Amino acid sequence: MHELSIAMSIVELAQEESDRRGGVPVVAVHLKVGALSGVVKEALCSSYEVACEDTPLAGSRLVIEEVPVLVFCANCNAPRPVHCTQLFCCAECGALCGEIVQGKELQLVALEVEE
Amino acid sequence: MNPTTRIIEVRQNVLKQNDVVGRALRQRFHDAGVFVVSLVSSPGAGKTGFLEMTLTELRKRFRVAALVGDLATENDAARLARSQAPVKQIVTGTLCHLEAAMVESALEGWRLDELDFLFIENVGNLVCPSSYDLGEDLRLVLMSVTEGEDKPLKYPTIFNSADVAVITKIDLAAAVEFDRAAANRSIQSVRPGMMVLEASSKTGAGMPEFLAFLESRRKAVRPATSLRKAAALAGPEK
Repeated sequence: MHELSIAMSIVELAQEESDRRGGVPVVAVHLKVGALSGVVKEALCSSYEVACEDTPLAGSRLVIEEVPVLVFCANCNAPRPVHCTQLFCCAECGALCGEIVQGKELQLVALEVEE
Repeated sequence: MNPTTRIIEVRQNVLKQNDVVGRALRQRFHDAGVFVVSLVSSPGAGKTGFLEMTLTELRKRFRVAALVGDLATENDAARLARSQAPVKQIVTGTLCHLEAAMVESALEGWRLDELDFLFIENVGNLVCPSSYDLGEDLRLVLMSVTEGEDKPLKYPTIFNSADVAVITKIDLAAAVEFDRAAANRSIQSVRPGMMVLEASSKTGAGMPEFLAFLESRRKAVRPATSLRKAAALAGPEK
């Protein structure tokens, strides 16, 4: 359970970005979370509320975009989704694929701020 | 979107700070010529025993040291110190994983250029350590024969963040009816192509293969320092 420390990093990062723009009030934080980021969405959401307490971000929303895993399939010669994270097979042709091209993201994409 | 709000693009990695420190560590390790290996596993998979044997054996021919992370106690450092290698404990308190900055501060006062191998034993945890780069050259994920062959399926993320899997306590394989083929299938299913080694810290089975593997990886990644060391061992240049 490291979601609280991650939530605190998110709040800190969002705060920095807001400060750099003259302390503009943040309404929502948009986040990309990869299926292989090691972060559980539900735990992160509840941790986020706690991390925001007593900061200018209190009351802001956390908007999470879940990013599925994509691997490079040598057989199809293209990026492809996997069967599931327990089975790294190309969803198209079934070949085992180890080269991950997407799904490890844990990225603060954007801030939604008041005009 | 609320009409009175606007979107500001940021695009920053949340663990940016850790990534920056991790990258700087990797550069330092590279410049110092030390090959760095980290170990992750569930609690009780045998990281410390495996590392103790590794340190004891490698120490005969290389300069080795270890950092070990735990939530509490310095017991593991005391166990590893029996190998006579320099060991430092990182007590993480309530934190369930090591972060790059903890490694950085634990290394204060150590001459990295006087080391050939540095090992970092992470806190026993198959979830959280996967997200944190420690600047290591090689990440080992350990699973013991007593844990169940489907462990990789339950924790695909950590297996995907690691380079090599080591199956520990292999001396108990028969007693617990360990299904080697099933374990390997689980590993290959979540991480196709992953190298799998077997070892016993009790009998020493598999250790020569593991040590030879470490040596060859170090040579591949740190060719210059490996050569320098070979030259130094061969005696002064004529």
